[in-house]
Amino acid sequence: MKKTFASLMIGLGVTALSLGLAAGGAEAKEWKKVRIATEGAYAPWNATDASGKLVGFEVDLAADLCRRMKVECEVVGQDWDGMIPALQQGKYDAIMAAMSINEERLKVIDFGGPYANEPTAFAAPKASPLVKFDAKTDRVDLAKDTAEGKAALEALAKALDGKTVGAQTSTLQAAFVERYLKKSSLRTYDKLDSAGVDLSAGRLDAIIGDRSAAEAVVKTDAANIVMFGPNFVNGVLGQGMGVGLRKADGDLKALFNKAIAEANKDGTIAKLSTQWFGYDISVK
Amino acid sequence: MNWDIMISSVPTLLSGVPLTVQLVGLGEILGLVIACLATWGRLSGNLAAVGVSRLYVFVFRGTPLLVQIYLIYYGLGQFPAVRESVLWPILREPYWCAILALALNTGAYTSEILRGAILTIPHGQVEAARACGMGRWLTFRRIIVPIAIRQALPAYGNEIILMVKASSLASIITLLEITGLARRLIPQTYAVFEIFIVAGLIYLGLNFAIAQAVRWAEWRLTPHLRARA
Repeated sequence: MKKTFASLMIGLGVTALSLGLAAGGAEAKEWKKVRIATEGAYAPWNATDASGKLVGFEVDLAADLCRRMKVECEVVGQDWDGMIPALQQGKYDAIMAAMSINEERLKVIDFGGPYANEPTAFAAPKASPLVKFDAKTDRVDLAKDTAEGKAALEALAKALDGKTVGAQTSTLQAAFVERYLKKSSLRTYDKLDSAGVDLSAGRLDAIIGDRSAAEAVVKTDAANIVMFGPNFVNGVLGQGMGVGLRKADGDLKALFNKAIAEANKDGTIAKLSTQWFGYDISVK
Repeated sequence: MNWDIMISSVPTLLSGVPLTVQLVGLGEILGLVIACLATWGRLSGNLAAVGVSRLYVFVFRGTPLLVQIYLIYYGLGQFPAVRESVLWPILREPYWCAILALALNTGAYTSEILRGAILTIPHGQVEAARACGMGRWLTFRRIIVPIAIRQALPAYGNEIILMVKASSLASIITLLEITGLARRLIPQTYAVFEIFIVAGLIYLGLNFAIAQAVRWAEWRLTPHLRARA
């Protein structure tokens, strides 16, 4: 028994070591082909259509950026949970999956962009008293320390006191709940869609997400769910969505930044954004 | 390998052990009740009871536990009739949905283990009991049950260990048991190997304890197989 246990541990160690070595093999090269990962479950940023094809704002934007960078691109699907580790292991070269730039992520990877910035918002059942919640403002900038913003946050925390709020696992919105809504209980889901199903079923009192993702949830059950409360930006919610890249690939970052700047300048991002979101989320 | 992350993740992951134990424990108790009912139905000779038991085992053994958990949690909640029923306070909670799914799943496997164990009992022993004047119930209690338990124990121990591992699927319906906590930690540290290795070791420890307990129970129940002192 003891012997088998020891050999098993050695086996595990060796596997982990060899995988660790494989991840460290990034070297300088001319970029001809770039593999870009997206989630495919976060409409309209990225989604999977009925035939299993990846579509969405980021898929279209990736095609446009790659044309400007003169590289061949392949967009691949990847679960949100393992998105950053798989980038580090070299399974793909870039992430375009509505990933916000924040300090925690900057410790392990680098970002090109941001190419877009959109606010965070809440949704709740129509029958809920939350729908009547009035923060006396439409937009709270968490980076600015205003009395109005503080009052809005306090009112929100009071309205959600003792309620259950759903968010996607390990998103900035989940961090927002833990930071500002300490008296609400947070339930995390692999996808915001799943939280939406639980909101419709009455298991949750509210959901929090990127405005577009929350709006997509509302669309699936528009008879019973509505958006409520102000939009929140910046601070704990990050500095906009960027292209996730390995720290070693500074050359690729330069390519992406140039392409994003061009696409922003000639209005391509604004155009794609209006096409997919119905409003402009380009960075001004 | 980042040893600091591994060590610092240990207390967090260990805090998921009570929930894992509850899911497995309550799932097994409820599952054993379901299994006894299904075995009883299957061996009753009543055509309707045999049919219901066989259909139950066929459905729950033939579909993945993941699918069963999704259907019970997300599926049932979509019907207004379910949401307005007296069962909703239970089905509303991911905790009870997970226990229900685990119980129904293990119940199907366990009923087959019990059925097999009862069928291995030699006819001669039952006939001998009858010849001694034992009634049906007494024969069942004194002869069939003790032999069947001895027969079933190794396979049942296996089933409990499978359940411990299967309980990790409860993490997909928002429960923060060992795997759920691991999945929440990973995006904060991006250390997939380190955290999953720690989680795997905790499962190994749990299953080691269960395997020892089953071995001890087997030893206790088979004094006739041991060398005389």
